[in-house]
Amino acid sequence: MLSLMLFLPLAGGIFLLFFRNPRAIRGIALGASLLSLYVSIVVLGRFDLHGGMQLLESYSWIPAVGIAYRVGIDGLSLPLVLLTQLLSAVSIVYSWRVDMRLKEYMFLLLLLQTAMLGVFAALDFFLFYIFWEVTLVPMYFLIGIWGGPRKEYAAIKFFLFTLIGSLAMLVGILLLYFNAAPRTFDVLSLIQQQPLAGQLRLATIAFWGFFLSFAIKVPMWPFHTWLPDAHVEAPTAGSVILAGILLKLGTYGFVRYSLTLFPQVFQQYASLIAILALLGIIYGALVAMAQTDLKKLVAYSSVNHMGYVMLGVSAAAFAYGKPDLAPAATTALNGAVFEMIAHGVITGALFLIVGVIYDYRAHTRGVDEFGGLGAILPVYSGITMVAMLASLGLPALMGFVAEFLIFLGSFGVFPGFAATGLLGIIITAAMFLWTIQRIFLGPANPRWKGLADMDTRELVALVPLTVLMVIFGVYPRPLLDIINAAMTTLVAALR
Amino acid sequence: MADFAWTIPFWPALGWLVLGLVGGHLPRRLVAWIGCGTVALAFAAAVAARATFPGEPQERTLFTWIAAGAFSVDAGLLLDRLSIVMVLMVSGVGLLIHIYSVGYMAEDRAYSRYFAYLNLFMASMLLLVMGRNLLVLFVGWELVGLCSYLLIGFWFDRERAANSGRKAFVVNRIGDAAFLIGVLLLWTSLGTLDLRAIGAQAATLGAPVMVTASLLLFTGATGKSAQLPLYTWLPDAMEGPTPVSALIHAATMVTAGVYMIARLFPLFTHPVTVVVVATVGALTAFFAATIALVEWDMKRVMAYSTISQLGYMFLAVGVLAPAAGIFHLTTHAFFKALLFLAAGSVMHAMHNVIDMHMLGGLARPLRYTAGAFIIGGLALAGIPPFSGFFSKDLILERAWEHAVGGGSPVPFILGLVTALVTAVYITRAARYAFFDQSYREPHPHEAPPVMLWPMALLALLSVAGGLLGAQRIGAPLLEFLAPQFAEAAPHEAAPGLFVPVLSILAGVAGVAIGWLGYRDRRDPDLGWVARLFSRHWYLLDLYDGVLVPAAKRVAVLLAGPVDLGVIDRAVNGIGALAVGGARGLRRLQTGYVRQYAAIILVGTILLMAYWATR
Repeated sequence: MLSLMLFLPLAGGIFLLFFRNPRAIRGIALGASLLSLYVSIVVLGRFDLHGGMQLLESYSWIPAVGIAYRVGIDGLSLPLVLLTQLLSAVSIVYSWRVDMRLKEYMFLLLLLQTAMLGVFAALDFFLFYIFWEVTLVPMYFLIGIWGGPRKEYAAIKFFLFTLIGSLAMLVGILLLYFNAAPRTFDVLSLIQQQPLAGQLRLATIAFWGFFLSFAIKVPMWPFHTWLPDAHVEAPTAGSVILAGILLKLGTYGFVRYSLTLFPQVFQQYASLIAILALLGIIYGALVAMAQTDLKKLVAYSSVNHMGYVMLGVSAAAFAYGKPDLAPAATTALNGAVFEMIAHGVITGALFLIVGVIYDYRAHTRGVDEFGGLGAILPVYSGITMVAMLASLGLPALMGFVAEFLIFLGSFGVFPGFAATGLLGIIITAAMFLWTIQRIFLGPANPRWKGLADMDTRELVALVPLTVLMVIFGVYPRPLLDIINAAMTTLVAALR
Repeated sequence: MADFAWTIPFWPALGWLVLGLVGGHLPRRLVAWIGCGTVALAFAAAVAARATFPGEPQERTLFTWIAAGAFSVDAGLLLDRLSIVMVLMVSGVGLLIHIYSVGYMAEDRAYSRYFAYLNLFMASMLLLVMGRNLLVLFVGWELVGLCSYLLIGFWFDRERAANSGRKAFVVNRIGDAAFLIGVLLLWTSLGTLDLRAIGAQAATLGAPVMVTASLLLFTGATGKSAQLPLYTWLPDAMEGPTPVSALIHAATMVTAGVYMIARLFPLFTHPVTVVVVATVGALTAFFAATIALVEWDMKRVMAYSTISQLGYMFLAVGVLAPAAGIFHLTTHAFFKALLFLAAGSVMHAMHNVIDMHMLGGLARPLRYTAGAFIIGGLALAGIPPFSGFFSKDLILERAWEHAVGGGSPVPFILGLVTALVTAVYITRAARYAFFDQSYREPHPHEAPPVMLWPMALLALLSVAGGLLGAQRIGAPLLEFLAPQFAEAAPHEAAPGLFVPVLSILAGVAGVAIGWLGYRDRRDPDLGWVARLFSRHWYLLDLYDGVLVPAAKRVAVLLAGPVDLGVIDRAVNGIGALAVGGARGLRRLQTGYVRQYAAIILVGTILLMAYWATR
């Protein structure tokens, strides 16, 4: 079941290589992506809320060194899988007008989809590491071939940053492997064994190895500098995937691995990491405010939002070994995971929004060059307003639920940090409202008089995301119940 | 309680949905009917709530909103004495202003957008006062802020309107952040966000938590209700259409802070909190009144007046007289909405001229409008028997008792002085606008009936509203609210005549000074005092000259020199060291990375193949 879901996109990607007709290629790409989405909805239907890790599949692969193909899904990975499916399909729809090297483009998108799904579903470190590395490849080419003017620089920077992280993580994985008995890459068994529990120094090295990899991916302050460059140069669909999902690989890693494999070490450094998260929150928002390139602005707002996620995760880490803080830790983790999804939906939408104005209309992203678009593009303005308000955490939209839970949980653990983090919501409000004003309000700029409002392709891509922001803002239960069950189990297991 | 009562906030929400989605395609007449009709239904439901109210607080849970870990909060509504007073006032005044808008906005291009926003506002405001827990209240709190933002910037092609809307939202956000910290603190200390539970358990909190939480929530209130130091957004909010100013920025939204404190009153009874709230209220009342004295824009006079009157309400809750505060909130809603609608009628007649230099002598052509303004003005000035006298006098009496009973005398003294200043500035405005001949427009027209009737009803309420609190007829509003604030100090029945006489004297003297002092159609020369007032006691220089530029400079500094110059370079440098040796990134040619990417891909395929064929 999970394997079918995982490899359907890749299979579609290989299949479309045999076609030359662009319509067929697009059709196959979308079909494969939607089919995989359909399978994941079936998975959702079979998902048992309190079943822990489920739909496990395990096939022996390289038994001599304890490597196997192991996949499974739980309440942490399922929402992220669904997000991946949604944003992948949306990206393909949005890319309907891509002509240049279409076949390779669609192949890479589908390969990326499989790789990302793989990262979330893998339960074997070897398999995980492969998927993790494979995500780099299509993204590297997407930026490097279909990107903007400085695409080479951005692609290399992106690749090197994440590669350095990966190597550090490899050290951590190997440390775990060689200290386990029997030696294995099986994630569940390693979590059970806690092979480094008694060896603080090794555990610390391994923890920081993982940390570096995940922190670059998130990206945490001060490892964030690759992000604006990558985003600015990436094609729209690439930015959507990058911000919507690839960043989540980092935070997912923190929750799935760092928290469960090295709880003592994580606890020890939780305050330090929370401070980095706070720096990301405030610094990211301030720097976003000073941007004049709309895409860079959204990119820095991601630094801010991922800071919220990390604040929640570090609060949960800090609470390790303190039973009275467990409820707060659970709440904070719920918020962190919910924020991953919320940020995926909202920021995915925001990058599409940037694309709508840049790709086929204005061909500029200079925030100050617009003005008065609200009168010219009413539908576009409305959707943008909703997305930006969701991003600044307006209640009854998705972002608020996430941020509130994060602050609520972390306040129970370290109130001072949580209160400081709330400065972020002031700055993001100022930042987004100023952006709205510069683009949509004020006297209509005659230069843009003739622009057409959104077309079908763009509406199909953006309306579902917008609707989700409202639904999960007003009624987050369906999503939150899945996450909550998993986070309750996780925190209970930590004690 | 009638089921119909629980539908109060949903009617305007429905109106918003319909108008927001298809309003642009509907005929104007239908838009107006939907806009006003849904609010009329809400008002009818509010009346039903009052009629069928059994006396005890009623609650209803819609669904579980957020549940994670130990935290769970319902989307729940509450109807008790306080919320019934509020929904009646909000939907009643709201309905009148909706009807007035039909005439006022008749020429506007974005007619349906206007009513959609206005309906959304009504739904949010009604949710705010009906929310059962702090979080639902906060949703309403933020959504009314959003509507305020949207409506201040309604004519968004004007740069100033857009600026003012943004300013309102951001200044409010500062208060909201503090408010949220207060919410977090209350949840962490009490384990509940239920409003009644917080009220009931407030006494069990330790003094530090109680003071901290109440002051954090109060900071939120200073944002929403435009008190010192977060008042700056409200005068600018006058960029919005005038009915919006009447509804949102005078009668309803800005009173949310007072409502919130009255709602959580037991939390606000610690002596430290009491002093802070009463002092901030009294200072704001006086401070804003002095600015109103030197302002020339008629709407902005009203805005400062609103800030000042809200100060009275905070003063009231600060001297442990929440019922008096709510009473003043109600009468103020009547007479201030009336004053704004009258000002709107002037703008309507004078083609948006609102600078009082250009007005004058309008009492003749705008007979009804002038009458409405004068009634509202007398109520504001606290002249009996107009409604404002009763509520303001009650607050002063309670402040006096507070002072005599060992509390601070500052609230009473400032309250009394402000009463005098209030009467002066409103008389000045009335004289400049309606008396002595000088208006420029040759033929100002009186407003159409659809605008005059709501004004007439509000005028009636401004005259008779005092009866709600008149001791002689049993003070129906205060009696109704009495069980709500049972914890508050019981009111001694014999206030004596001392305070009422002082209060009437202040009002009459103020009117006399205002009438005589401005008869030359120019302000008497106050020298540096006038400059002090018009610069907001130099607070403007602090905000616009120091704080705002500093924040912008920090952002630019971080984005430029720091992020690109230091961090990016540092991290790039480290990366280069780690990967490419000392010579840096340049040695790594493009081909190398591509190769590496390709190797990863090929390696993976080989591994997969190995597994597949093994």
